[in-house]
Amino acid sequence: MSIYWPQLAGGALIGLSVALLMLLNGRTAGISGLLAGVFRKLDERFLVNALFVAGLILGPVIYRAVFGGWPEIHIQGGVVLLAIAGLLVGFGSRLGSGCTSGHGVAGMARLSPRSIAATLTFMATAILTVFVMGLFGL
Amino acid sequence: MSILRIAAALLCGTMFGFGLSLSGMVDPSRVRGFLDIAGDWNPSLAFVLFGAVAVAMLGVVIRRAMGHPLFDQGFQLPSTTPIDKRLIGGSAIFGIGWGMAGLCPGPAIADLALGVTPIVVFVTAMVIGMLIHDRAVSSSSC
Repeated sequence: MSIYWPQLAGGALIGLSVALLMLLNGRTAGISGLLAGVFRKLDERFLVNALFVAGLILGPVIYRAVFGGWPEIHIQGGVVLLAIAGLLVGFGSRLGSGCTSGHGVAGMARLSPRSIAATLTFMATAILTVFVMGLFGL
Repeated sequence: MSILRIAAALLCGTMFGFGLSLSGMVDPSRVRGFLDIAGDWNPSLAFVLFGAVAVAMLGVVIRRAMGHPLFDQGFQLPSTTPIDKRLIGGSAIFGIGWGMAGLCPGPAIADLALGVTPIVVFVTAMVIGMLIHDRAVSSSSC
């Protein structure tokens, strides 16, 4: 199998971001938790969370400045499907205390049994969802 | 209030968003291509996850040698409660939504930069889903 260098490098930067947020600020870079923190009371924590989220949006802008074009994206599904998926992602990530970043990267790096269980669970239901949608040609 | 903590958050968020862009994880079709193990499988996400976890693990090793984070009093580590129904149920629900759209919170927010309507719809619904949880379910947040 060939090695996917941009994917490895991009992943390493994500891991570096997770490591630095912990070593500098003592916080776990879980995007669902940080985003939810933006909708709470206005204090320093709000500002810190809001700036992390703003940085996420700035990421593709810097990519564009470096490589001369936006990263390519292809969105499948109409707005109704996306709205339902968004509700499930938002609700589920809060109920499960994390998403791909908090459990999948930060938690896995700590070898946390909770995060490993969470990651295996959402990988399994996501794979099953794509498989079932495929049966219906979606 | 520490200007350093605020600057660190902006730096880390930007690095995360750039990493998502470089790795192609901002593209929902690539993510769904990884999840589509019965179809035309795209291994991208496995490389991204490997690179991310490997570097984050180095961070964990360094953290254990440090008394406190550089810009704060203490490390805020997630609770070590047992694996319960909330964790598994919530993760299962999250996975269904992730599989449907190929979008999870990080890439969805980063994609707002592209200013396209479907992403705005997804992110709006995602935030509503979070608020429904935080208002309706008595929660100890992560």
